[in-house]
Amino acid sequence: MELIFFYIFAIFAVSSAIAVISLRNPVHSAVFLMVCFLQVAAIFILLRSPFLAAVQVFVYVGAVMVLFLFAVMVLDLGKERFGEHLHHQSPIAIIIIIGLVFVMGLGLAKAKLDAPIGKYTEAAMAKNTEVMGELLYTKYVFPFEVVSLLLLIALIGAIVLVMKERN
Amino acid sequence: MIPLSHYLILSFIIFTIGIAGVLLRRNIIIVLMSLELIFNSINISLVAFSHFLQSMTGRLFVVFTITVAAAEVAVGLAILVAVYRQRKTVYVEELNEMKH
Repeated sequence: MELIFFYIFAIFAVSSAIAVISLRNPVHSAVFLMVCFLQVAAIFILLRSPFLAAVQVFVYVGAVMVLFLFAVMVLDLGKERFGEHLHHQSPIAIIIIIGLVFVMGLGLAKAKLDAPIGKYTEAAMAKNTEVMGELLYTKYVFPFEVVSLLLLIALIGAIVLVMKERN
Repeated sequence: MIPLSHYLILSFIIFTIGIAGVLLRRNIIIVLMSLELIFNSINISLVAFSHFLQSMTGRLFVVFTITVAAAEVAVGLAILVAVYRQRKTVYVEELNEMKH
């Protein structure tokens, strides 16, 4: 049963990802990107991480998509003309992609998972969100602060970049 | 129970699609969207490893990745708007002043 749902989400995610990179109208690409993000959130739920699924929906589907659509509206991009959406480095790019698929597929086929199993068993994971919050404010408090500083810097940087100079 | 390899193969396929988008498309907004696809594929594999190794580190790392991705999109689109005001183009091959 779980496997059927996984296949449904995976097929939707992959086909909407292909639609993102192949459609010519940026607004359509943005909408399909939103579909892909929602499928990834569903896969997070299959992996027993409801908190991450909620964050994915809030941050990606909410904030990031609004930013993208806003940028498309501000820049007033039309549909690209036929044959204009790929650039002339495509042959080299396709060779590089095929090489990447080959190398990574080889790695996936030959890899063997050999790592120590942690202490969070299925039963301990039932209270997933609580454990995450606790770790975030005890063990990982320094990266947490660094990341909040980074967000502040990005906020100020974005405002400074788009501000018009007055003189 | 879904095996780990299923998640890794899904993540690998989305990663490859994202790389293809970055290398093949000319429109810089689509390139940024492909970067988001790559971020998402990495998130899937991090959460999958965290689930199967019964550890919490991968899930917490995903929280930080999502934050950094949000910051990246904000700054990237701000740069894009600033560049478009100056140059009136969004095609990556016309934005090659830094190359020469």
